[in-house]
Amino acid sequence: MLAQLGSRSLFWHILSFGLFFGAWELAGRIPISLAFPPASQTLLALLRMIADGSLLKAYLNTFQPLGIGLVICAIIGISCGIGMGLSRSFEWFTLPIFVMLQAAPMAAIIPLITYIYGIGLTSKVLAVLFLAVPVVVMNAYKGIRNTHPSLLEMCRSFQGTRKQEIVKIILPYARGMIFTGLRLGAAMGFIGIVIAELLITPTGIGDLITYHGSVAEYAEMFAAIASIIVISALAIGGLERLERRLFPHEHAAK
Amino acid sequence: MADSDAIVEVRGIRKLYGEVEALRDVSLVFPRGKLTTLLGPSGCGKTTLLKIIAGLLPPSAGEVYVNGRKVTGPGPERAFVFQDFALLPWATVLRNVAFGLELRGLPERERHEAARRYIDEVGLAGFEAAYPHQLSGGMRQRVGLARALAVHADILLMDEPFSAVDEQTRRKFQEDLLSLLSIERKTVIFVTHSIEEAVYLSDQIVLLSRRPGTVSRLVSAGIARDKGPDEIRRDKNYLDAVDDIWHALKRYLV
Repeated sequence: MLAQLGSRSLFWHILSFGLFFGAWELAGRIPISLAFPPASQTLLALLRMIADGSLLKAYLNTFQPLGIGLVICAIIGISCGIGMGLSRSFEWFTLPIFVMLQAAPMAAIIPLITYIYGIGLTSKVLAVLFLAVPVVVMNAYKGIRNTHPSLLEMCRSFQGTRKQEIVKIILPYARGMIFTGLRLGAAMGFIGIVIAELLITPTGIGDLITYHGSVAEYAEMFAAIASIIVISALAIGGLERLERRLFPHEHAAK
Repeated sequence: MADSDAIVEVRGIRKLYGEVEALRDVSLVFPRGKLTTLLGPSGCGKTTLLKIIAGLLPPSAGEVYVNGRKVTGPGPERAFVFQDFALLPWATVLRNVAFGLELRGLPERERHEAARRYIDEVGLAGFEAAYPHQLSGGMRQRVGLARALAVHADILLMDEPFSAVDEQTRRKFQEDLLSLLSIERKTVIFVTHSIEEAVYLSDQIVLLSRRPGTVSRLVSAGIARDKGPDEIRRDKNYLDAVDDIWHALKRYLV
Protein backbone atom coordinates (compact mmCIF):
# COMPACT_ATOMS: atom_id res chain seq x y z
CA MET A 1 0.00 0.00 0.00
CA LEU A 2 2.69 2.44 1.07
CA ALA A 3 5.02 1.26 -1.70
CA GLN A 4 2.21 1.70 -4.18
CA LEU A 5 1.63 5.22 -2.96
CA GLY A 6 5.35 5.93 -3.19
CA SER A 7 5.62 4.69 -6.77
CA ARG A 8 2.54 6.64 -7.76
CA SER A 9 3.93 9.90 -6.38
CA LEU A 10 7.25 9.09 -8.13
CA PHE A 11 5.31 8.78 -11.39
CA TRP A 12 3.78 12.25 -10.92
CA HIS A 13 7.15 13.69 -10.02
CA ILE A 14 8.70 12.33 -13.21
CA LEU A 15 5.74 13.53 -15.26
CA SER A 16 5.90 17.06 -13.86
CA PHE A 17 9.67 17.22 -14.40
CA GLY A 18 9.18 15.93 -17.93
CA LEU A 19 6.55 18.56 -18.73
CA PHE A 20 8.67 21.31 -17.20
CA PHE A 21 11.81 20.44 -19.15
CA GLY A 22 9.80 19.78 -22.32
CA ALA A 23 8.27 23.23 -22.17
CA TRP A 24 11.67 24.75 -21.42
CA GLU A 25 13.23 22.95 -24.41
CA LEU A 26 10.41 24.09 -26.70
CA ALA A 27 10.56 27.70 -25.48
CA GLY A 28 14.32 27.76 -26.00
CA ARG A 29 14.04 26.38 -29.53
CA ILE A 30 11.38 28.82 -30.76
CA PRO A 31 13.31 30.89 -29.35
CA ILE A 32 11.37 33.28 -27.14
CA SER A 33 14.53 35.29 -26.50
CA LEU A 34 18.14 35.14 -27.64
CA ALA A 35 19.15 35.08 -24.01
CA PHE A 36 17.01 31.99 -23.31
CA PRO A 37 18.78 28.72 -24.09
CA PRO A 38 16.89 25.43 -24.45
CA ALA A 39 17.08 22.86 -21.65
CA SER A 40 19.40 20.55 -23.58
CA GLN A 41 22.05 23.23 -24.16
CA THR A 42 21.84 24.28 -20.51
CA LEU A 43 22.40 20.67 -19.47
CA LEU A 44 25.41 20.38 -21.78
CA ALA A 45 26.83 23.62 -20.39
CA LEU A 46 26.34 22.27 -16.87
CA LEU A 47 28.24 19.07 -17.77
CA ARG A 48 31.07 21.16 -19.31
CA MET A 49 31.33 23.28 -16.18
CA ILE A 50 31.42 20.19 -14.00
CA ALA A 51 34.10 18.63 -16.25
CA ASP A 52 36.41 21.65 -16.29
CA GLY A 53 36.11 22.06 -12.51
CA SER A 54 34.85 25.64 -12.61
CA LEU A 55 31.57 24.71 -10.94
CA LEU A 56 33.29 22.86 -8.10
CA LYS A 57 35.70 25.77 -7.57
CA ALA A 58 32.81 28.24 -7.50
CA TYR A 59 30.90 26.19 -4.92
CA LEU A 60 33.94 25.83 -2.68
CA ASN A 61 34.08 29.64 -2.70
CA THR A 62 30.37 30.01 -2.02
CA PHE A 63 30.13 27.39 0.70
CA GLN A 64 32.82 28.94 2.85
CA PRO A 65 30.87 32.05 3.95
CA LEU A 66 27.62 30.08 3.84
CA GLY A 67 28.96 27.34 6.13
CA ILE A 68 30.57 29.77 8.57
CA GLY A 69 27.40 31.88 8.56
CA LEU A 70 25.09 28.95 9.23
CA VAL A 71 27.19 27.59 12.10
CA ILE A 72 27.31 31.02 13.78
CA CYS A 73 23.62 31.44 13.03
CA ALA A 74 22.75 28.14 14.71
CA ILE A 75 24.70 29.06 17.84
CA ILE A 76 23.46 32.66 18.15
CA GLY A 77 19.96 31.96 16.88
CA ILE A 78 19.16 29.00 19.10
CA SER A 79 20.62 30.50 22.24
CA CYS A 80 18.92 33.86 21.70
CA GLY A 81 15.61 32.17 20.91
CA ILE A 82 15.77 29.95 23.99
CA GLY A 83 16.81 32.91 26.13
CA MET A 84 13.90 34.97 24.85
CA GLY A 85 11.49 32.09 25.41
CA LEU A 86 12.59 31.54 29.00
CA SER A 87 13.18 35.08 30.25
CA ARG A 88 10.68 37.91 29.97
CA SER A 89 13.30 40.62 30.40
CA PHE A 90 15.56 39.12 27.72
CA GLU A 91 12.50 38.89 25.48
CA TRP A 92 11.64 42.54 26.09
CA PHE A 93 15.20 43.52 25.23
CA THR A 94 15.78 41.46 22.06
CA LEU A 95 12.42 40.65 20.48
CA PRO A 96 12.01 44.06 18.73
CA ILE A 97 15.48 43.72 17.17
CA PHE A 98 14.69 40.39 15.55
CA VAL A 99 11.20 41.40 14.49
CA MET A 100 12.74 44.42 12.76
CA LEU A 101 15.50 42.36 11.18
CA GLN A 102 12.96 39.87 9.89
CA ALA A 103 10.96 42.64 8.24
CA ALA A 104 13.95 44.59 6.86
CA PRO A 105 14.63 44.24 3.12
CA MET A 106 18.06 42.60 2.94
CA ALA A 107 19.22 44.19 -0.29
CA ALA A 108 18.99 47.61 1.35
CA ILE A 109 21.28 46.60 4.21
CA ILE A 110 24.02 45.06 2.05
CA PRO A 111 25.53 48.38 0.90
CA LEU A 112 25.77 49.37 4.55
CA ILE A 113 27.54 46.12 5.44
CA THR A 114 29.94 46.64 2.54
CA TYR A 115 30.56 50.21 3.62
CA ILE A 116 31.56 49.09 7.11
CA TYR A 117 33.19 45.68 6.54
CA GLY A 118 34.47 45.94 2.98
CA ILE A 119 34.04 43.32 0.31
CA GLY A 120 35.68 40.35 2.00
CA LEU A 121 34.51 37.20 3.73
CA THR A 122 33.16 39.09 6.78
CA SER A 123 30.58 40.96 4.75
CA LYS A 124 29.32 37.78 3.12
CA VAL A 125 29.06 35.93 6.39
CA LEU A 126 27.15 38.91 7.78
CA ALA A 127 24.78 38.83 4.82
CA VAL A 128 24.00 35.18 5.59
CA LEU A 129 23.54 36.00 9.27
CA PHE A 130 21.24 38.96 8.73
CA LEU A 131 18.93 36.83 6.66
CA ALA A 132 19.10 33.54 8.53
CA VAL A 133 19.33 34.46 12.24
CA PRO A 134 15.87 36.07 12.69
CA VAL A 135 13.97 33.00 11.50
CA VAL A 136 16.06 30.66 13.68
CA VAL A 137 15.54 32.92 16.70
CA MET A 138 11.83 33.32 16.15
CA ASN A 139 11.25 29.59 15.74
CA ALA A 140 13.22 28.67 18.86
CA TYR A 141 11.44 31.44 20.78
CA LYS A 142 7.98 30.34 19.68
CA GLY A 143 8.78 26.68 20.28
CA ILE A 144 9.72 27.48 23.88
CA ARG A 145 6.79 29.83 24.41
CA ASN A 146 4.25 27.43 22.93
CA THR A 147 5.04 24.62 25.35
CA HIS A 148 1.70 23.08 26.21
CA PRO A 149 0.53 24.80 29.44
CA SER A 150 -0.92 21.63 30.91
CA LEU A 151 2.47 19.90 30.60
CA LEU A 152 3.97 22.74 32.64
CA GLU A 153 1.14 22.40 35.13
CA MET A 154 1.73 18.65 35.26
CA CYS A 155 5.40 19.22 36.04
CA ARG A 156 4.52 21.66 38.82
CA SER A 157 1.88 19.35 40.26
CA PHE A 158 4.56 16.66 40.70
CA GLN A 159 6.81 19.26 42.36
CA GLY A 160 9.22 19.53 39.44
CA THR A 161 11.86 22.25 39.82
CA ARG A 162 12.31 25.05 37.29
CA LYS A 163 15.44 23.32 36.01
CA GLN A 164 13.54 20.03 35.52
CA GLU A 165 10.76 21.94 33.82
CA ILE A 166 13.23 23.40 31.32
CA VAL A 167 15.29 20.24 30.72
CA LYS A 168 12.52 17.64 30.77
CA ILE A 169 9.53 19.53 29.36
CA ILE A 170 10.28 22.82 27.62
CA LEU A 171 13.40 21.93 25.63
CA PRO A 172 12.15 18.53 24.41
CA TYR A 173 8.85 20.19 23.48
CA ALA A 174 10.60 22.93 21.51
CA ARG A 175 13.28 20.86 19.79
CA GLY A 176 11.14 20.03 16.76
CA MET A 177 10.37 23.68 16.15
CA ILE A 178 13.99 24.65 16.78
CA PHE A 179 15.08 22.23 14.08
CA THR A 180 12.41 23.59 11.74
CA GLY A 181 13.92 27.03 12.39
CA LEU A 182 17.35 25.73 11.42
CA ARG A 183 15.97 24.33 8.19
CA LEU A 184 14.23 27.61 7.31
CA GLY A 185 17.40 29.44 8.36
CA ALA A 186 19.46 27.34 5.96
CA ALA A 187 17.03 28.22 3.17
CA MET A 188 17.41 31.92 4.02
CA GLY A 189 21.18 31.44 4.15
CA PHE A 190 21.20 30.25 0.54
CA ILE A 191 19.28 33.37 -0.46
CA GLY A 192 21.63 35.55 1.57
CA ILE A 193 24.82 34.16 0.10
CA VAL A 194 23.63 34.48 -3.50
CA ILE A 195 22.50 38.07 -2.92
CA ALA A 196 25.86 38.82 -1.28
CA GLU A 197 27.80 37.28 -4.16
CA LEU A 198 25.81 39.23 -6.69
CA LEU A 199 25.76 42.57 -4.86
CA ILE A 200 29.06 42.76 -2.94
CA THR A 201 31.74 41.29 -5.21
CA PRO A 202 31.17 38.51 -7.69
CA THR A 203 32.70 35.38 -6.18
CA GLY A 204 31.76 31.74 -6.29
CA ILE A 205 28.46 30.96 -7.87
CA GLY A 206 27.55 34.65 -8.07
CA ASP A 207 30.67 35.19 -10.13
CA LEU A 208 29.76 32.36 -12.51
CA ILE A 209 26.30 33.85 -13.04
CA THR A 210 27.48 37.43 -13.63
CA TYR A 211 30.51 36.47 -15.71
CA HIS A 212 28.70 34.16 -18.14
CA GLY A 213 25.85 36.66 -18.40
CA SER A 214 28.23 39.47 -19.28
CA VAL A 215 29.97 37.49 -22.07
CA ALA A 216 26.62 36.28 -23.44
CA GLU A 217 27.19 32.59 -22.59
CA TYR A 218 23.60 32.20 -21.59
CA ALA A 219 23.60 28.43 -21.44
CA GLU A 220 26.38 28.56 -18.82
CA MET A 221 24.61 31.31 -16.93
CA PHE A 222 21.40 29.30 -16.81
CA ALA A 223 23.31 26.18 -15.78
CA ALA A 224 24.87 28.05 -12.86
CA ILE A 225 21.48 29.40 -11.77
CA ALA A 226 19.86 25.98 -12.12
CA SER A 227 22.65 24.34 -10.14
CA ILE A 228 22.24 26.63 -7.11
CA ILE A 229 18.48 26.07 -7.15
CA VAL A 230 18.92 22.30 -7.27
CA ILE A 231 21.57 22.28 -4.56
CA SER A 232 19.59 24.42 -2.15
CA ALA A 233 16.41 22.42 -2.82
CA LEU A 234 18.27 19.15 -2.16
CA ALA A 235 19.84 20.52 1.01
CA ILE A 236 16.54 21.80 2.41
CA GLY A 237 14.69 18.65 1.35
CA GLY A 238 17.37 16.54 3.06
CA LEU A 239 17.00 18.55 6.25
CA GLU A 240 13.24 18.07 6.15
CA ARG A 241 13.64 14.29 5.87
CA LEU A 242 16.13 14.34 8.71
CA GLU A 243 13.64 16.33 10.79
CA ARG A 244 10.92 13.72 10.27
CA ARG A 245 13.30 10.97 11.23
CA LEU A 246 14.63 12.74 14.33
CA PHE A 247 11.28 13.90 15.71
CA PRO A 248 8.66 11.35 14.63
CA HIS A 249 6.43 11.94 17.67
CA GLU A 250 6.11 15.67 17.11
CA HIS A 251 4.88 14.93 13.60
CA ALA A 252 2.58 12.12 14.67
CA ALA A 253 1.07 13.93 17.62
CA LYS A 254 -0.51 16.71 15.60
CA MET B 1 -10.55 22.66 63.52
CA ALA B 2 -12.60 20.14 61.64
CA ASP B 3 -12.94 16.55 62.81
CA SER B 4 -9.91 14.33 62.42
CA ASP B 5 -11.52 12.52 59.52
CA ALA B 6 -11.12 15.50 57.22
CA ILE B 7 -8.08 15.11 54.99
CA VAL B 8 -8.64 18.28 52.96
CA GLU B 9 -10.40 21.36 54.13
CA VAL B 10 -10.92 24.64 52.29
CA ARG B 11 -11.98 27.78 54.13
CA GLY B 12 -13.44 30.91 52.64
CA ILE B 13 -11.94 30.43 49.21
CA ARG B 14 -12.46 33.30 46.83
CA LYS B 15 -10.97 33.57 43.37
CA LEU B 16 -10.95 36.58 41.09
CA TYR B 17 -9.79 36.56 37.49
CA GLY B 18 -9.32 40.28 36.99
CA GLU B 19 -12.81 41.67 37.44
CA VAL B 20 -14.56 38.31 37.20
CA GLU B 21 -15.36 36.52 40.41
CA ALA B 22 -15.04 32.78 39.81
CA LEU B 23 -15.49 31.50 43.35
CA ARG B 24 -17.05 33.18 46.38
CA ASP B 25 -16.61 32.08 49.98
CA VAL B 26 -16.28 28.36 49.38
CA SER B 27 -15.75 26.32 52.54
CA LEU B 28 -15.73 22.54 52.33
CA VAL B 29 -14.53 19.46 54.15
CA PHE B 30 -13.36 16.41 52.24
CA PRO B 31 -13.52 13.22 54.32
CA ARG B 32 -10.55 10.85 54.26
CA GLY B 33 -10.84 7.79 52.05
CA LYS B 34 -13.98 9.04 50.29
CA LEU B 35 -14.70 10.12 46.77
CA THR B 36 -16.14 13.61 46.58
CA THR B 37 -17.27 15.14 43.32
CA LEU B 38 -17.50 18.80 42.51
CA LEU B 39 -20.50 19.14 40.26
CA GLY B 40 -21.98 22.21 38.67
CA PRO B 41 -22.87 24.04 35.47
CA SER B 42 -20.01 24.86 33.15
CA GLY B 43 -18.10 27.95 34.20
CA CYS B 44 -18.98 27.52 37.86
CA GLY B 45 -15.36 27.38 38.91
CA LYS B 46 -15.16 23.67 39.79
CA THR B 47 -11.88 23.17 37.96
CA THR B 48 -10.56 26.40 39.48
CA LEU B 49 -11.41 25.08 42.95
CA LEU B 50 -9.66 21.78 42.20
CA LYS B 51 -6.54 23.60 40.97
CA ILE B 52 -6.53 25.76 44.09
CA ILE B 53 -6.65 22.60 46.22
CA ALA B 54 -3.83 21.20 44.09
CA GLY B 55 -1.77 24.32 44.75
CA LEU B 56 -1.57 25.07 41.04
CA LEU B 57 -3.55 28.31 41.39
CA PRO B 58 -3.32 30.76 44.28
CA PRO B 59 -6.70 31.74 45.79
CA SER B 60 -7.50 35.45 46.05
CA ALA B 61 -8.64 34.84 49.62
CA GLY B 62 -9.06 31.86 51.91
CA GLU B 63 -6.94 28.85 52.83
CA VAL B 64 -6.47 25.21 51.95
CA TYR B 65 -5.56 22.71 54.67
CA VAL B 66 -4.26 19.24 53.96
CA ASN B 67 -3.97 16.94 56.97
CA GLY B 68 -4.49 20.02 59.11
CA ARG B 69 -1.53 21.89 57.60
CA LYS B 70 -2.01 24.99 55.50
CA VAL B 71 -0.65 24.53 51.98
CA THR B 72 0.28 27.13 49.37
CA GLY B 73 1.68 24.96 46.58
CA PRO B 74 1.68 21.44 45.18
CA GLY B 75 2.74 18.71 47.56
CA PRO B 76 3.65 15.02 47.50
CA GLU B 77 0.41 14.01 49.22
CA ARG B 78 -1.66 15.24 46.26
CA ALA B 79 -1.53 13.95 42.68
CA PHE B 80 -3.38 15.49 39.75
CA VAL B 81 -5.09 13.74 36.84
CA PHE B 82 -5.54 16.12 33.92
CA GLN B 83 -8.53 16.55 31.66
CA ASP B 84 -6.29 16.57 28.57
CA PHE B 85 -4.05 13.80 30.02
CA ALA B 86 -0.88 15.99 29.94
CA LEU B 87 1.33 13.16 28.69
CA LEU B 88 4.76 13.74 27.20
CA PRO B 89 4.31 12.94 23.49
CA TRP B 90 7.98 11.98 23.07
CA ALA B 91 8.01 9.54 25.99
CA THR B 92 6.79 5.95 26.17
CA VAL B 93 3.97 4.84 28.44
CA LEU B 94 6.58 3.50 30.86
CA ARG B 95 8.44 6.82 31.10
CA ASN B 96 5.20 8.79 31.32
CA VAL B 97 3.91 6.70 34.19
CA ALA B 98 7.28 6.93 35.94
CA PHE B 99 7.59 10.67 35.29
CA GLY B 100 6.37 11.82 38.70
CA LEU B 101 9.00 9.58 40.28
CA GLU B 102 11.61 10.75 37.77
CA LEU B 103 11.01 14.33 38.92
CA ARG B 104 11.58 13.16 42.49
CA GLY B 105 14.96 11.80 41.48
CA LEU B 106 14.24 8.11 41.97
CA PRO B 107 16.77 5.84 40.20
CA GLU B 108 15.58 4.43 36.90
CA ARG B 109 15.31 0.81 37.99
CA GLU B 110 13.13 1.60 41.00
CA ARG B 111 10.81 3.99 39.23
CA HIS B 112 10.32 1.65 36.29
CA GLU B 113 9.51 -1.17 38.67
CA ALA B 114 6.86 0.96 40.36
CA ALA B 115 5.54 2.20 37.02
CA ARG B 116 5.16 -1.36 35.69
CA ARG B 117 3.05 -2.30 38.67
CA TYR B 118 0.62 0.57 38.10
CA ILE B 119 0.56 0.04 34.35
CA ASP B 120 -0.62 -3.47 35.20
CA GLU B 121 -3.13 -2.17 37.68
CA VAL B 122 -4.82 0.22 35.24
CA GLY B 123 -4.95 -2.54 32.63
CA LEU B 124 -2.27 -1.34 30.22
CA ALA B 125 0.15 -4.27 30.54
CA GLY B 126 1.84 -4.83 27.19
CA PHE B 127 1.74 -1.14 26.23
CA GLU B 128 4.84 -0.07 28.19
CA ALA B 129 6.79 0.77 25.03
CA ALA B 130 3.92 2.50 23.19
CA TYR B 131 3.80 6.25 22.67
CA PRO B 132 0.75 8.35 23.64
CA HIS B 133 -0.27 9.05 20.04
CA GLN B 134 -0.57 5.30 19.47
CA LEU B 135 -3.18 4.98 22.24
CA SER B 136 -6.90 5.76 22.34
CA GLY B 137 -8.20 8.57 24.56
CA GLY B 138 -9.31 6.14 27.24
CA MET B 139 -5.93 4.41 27.30
CA ARG B 140 -4.14 7.76 27.50
CA GLN B 141 -6.15 8.68 30.57
CA ARG B 142 -5.24 5.32 32.10
CA VAL B 143 -1.61 6.38 31.68
CA GLY B 144 -2.45 9.66 33.43
CA LEU B 145 -4.11 7.77 36.27
CA ALA B 146 -1.22 5.32 36.62
CA ARG B 147 1.21 8.26 36.79
CA ALA B 148 -0.82 9.80 39.62
CA LEU B 149 -1.03 6.46 41.48
CA ALA B 150 2.69 5.77 41.10
CA VAL B 151 3.74 8.67 43.34
CA HIS B 152 1.82 7.22 46.31
CA ALA B 153 -0.16 10.36 47.03
CA ASP B 154 -3.04 9.95 49.48
CA ILE B 155 -5.21 12.34 47.54
CA LEU B 156 -6.12 12.05 43.87
CA LEU B 157 -7.36 15.23 42.24
CA MET B 158 -9.17 14.37 39.01
CA ASP B 159 -10.20 17.15 36.65
CA GLU B 160 -12.99 15.88 34.36
CA PRO B 161 -10.79 12.88 33.59
CA PHE B 162 -13.33 11.16 31.35
CA SER B 163 -14.69 14.13 29.45
CA ALA B 164 -12.42 13.54 26.44
CA VAL B 165 -13.37 9.86 26.32
CA ASP B 166 -16.32 8.27 24.53
CA GLU B 167 -19.36 7.10 26.49
CA GLN B 168 -18.70 3.35 26.45
CA THR B 169 -15.05 3.73 27.38
CA ARG B 170 -16.09 6.12 30.10
CA ARG B 171 -18.45 3.60 31.72
CA LYS B 172 -15.82 0.90 31.70
CA PHE B 173 -13.31 3.37 33.10
CA GLN B 174 -15.67 4.42 35.90
CA GLU B 175 -16.16 0.80 36.94
CA ASP B 176 -12.42 0.17 36.84
CA LEU B 177 -11.79 3.31 38.87
CA LEU B 178 -14.15 2.14 41.59
CA SER B 179 -12.60 -1.31 41.82
CA LEU B 180 -9.13 0.26 41.80
CA LEU B 181 -10.07 2.61 44.63
CA SER B 182 -11.38 -0.27 46.71
CA ILE B 183 -7.82 -1.67 46.69
CA GLU B 184 -5.84 1.58 46.80
CA ARG B 185 -7.69 3.41 49.62
CA LYS B 186 -7.35 6.92 48.27
CA THR B 187 -9.20 10.12 48.90
CA VAL B 188 -10.48 11.38 45.59
CA ILE B 189 -11.70 14.83 44.64
CA PHE B 190 -13.32 14.55 41.27
CA VAL B 191 -14.59 17.30 38.96
CA THR B 192 -17.31 16.45 36.50
CA HIS B 193 -20.27 17.99 34.74
CA SER B 194 -22.03 14.65 34.37
CA ILE B 195 -24.72 14.05 37.01
CA GLU B 196 -24.81 10.30 36.34
CA GLU B 197 -21.05 10.06 36.70
CA ALA B 198 -21.14 12.01 39.96
CA VAL B 199 -23.89 9.88 41.48
CA TYR B 200 -22.38 6.62 40.28
CA LEU B 201 -18.90 7.36 41.64
CA SER B 202 -19.31 9.53 44.68
CA ASP B 203 -19.70 9.16 48.40
CA GLN B 204 -20.37 12.87 48.60
CA ILE B 205 -21.42 15.37 45.93
CA VAL B 206 -20.80 19.09 46.17
CA LEU B 207 -23.19 21.11 44.04
CA LEU B 208 -21.78 24.44 42.98
CA SER B 209 -23.90 27.33 41.79
CA ARG B 210 -23.33 29.29 38.64
CA ARG B 211 -20.60 31.96 38.64
CA PRO B 212 -19.57 33.17 41.08
CA GLY B 213 -19.38 29.60 42.31
CA THR B 214 -20.64 29.00 45.82
CA VAL B 215 -21.52 25.75 47.54
CA SER B 216 -25.16 25.30 46.75
CA ARG B 217 -25.77 21.91 48.38
CA LEU B 218 -24.09 18.78 49.68
CA VAL B 219 -25.58 15.47 48.60
CA SER B 220 -24.75 12.00 49.84
CA ALA B 221 -25.71 9.59 47.15
CA GLY B 222 -26.14 6.79 49.66
CA ILE B 223 -25.54 4.01 47.23
CA ALA B 224 -24.44 0.68 48.57
CA ARG B 225 -21.06 -0.15 47.06
CA ASP B 226 -21.50 -3.91 47.46
CA LYS B 227 -23.69 -4.08 44.38
CA GLY B 228 -22.48 -4.61 40.85
CA PRO B 229 -22.23 -1.67 38.46
CA ASP B 230 -25.31 -2.65 36.46
CA GLU B 231 -27.39 -3.08 39.60
CA ILE B 232 -26.30 0.32 40.85
CA ARG B 233 -27.44 1.96 37.64
CA ARG B 234 -30.90 0.45 38.16
CA ASP B 235 -30.95 1.13 41.91
CA LYS B 236 -33.79 3.34 43.14
CA ASN B 237 -31.49 5.48 45.27
CA TYR B 238 -29.25 6.07 42.25
CA LEU B 239 -32.13 7.13 40.03
CA ASP B 240 -33.65 9.33 42.73
CA ALA B 241 -30.33 11.06 43.38
CA VAL B 242 -29.79 11.75 39.68
CA ASP B 243 -33.31 13.18 39.46
CA ASP B 244 -32.89 15.25 42.62
CA ILE B 245 -29.61 16.78 41.45
CA TRP B 246 -30.99 17.49 38.02
CA HIS B 247 -33.82 19.50 39.58
CA ALA B 248 -31.37 21.37 41.77
CA LEU B 249 -29.09 22.23 38.87
CA LYS B 250 -31.80 23.02 36.36
CA ARG B 251 -32.41 26.47 37.76
CA TYR B 252 -28.83 27.46 36.94
CA LEU B 253 -29.38 26.78 33.27
CA VAL B 254 -30.65 29.56 31.11
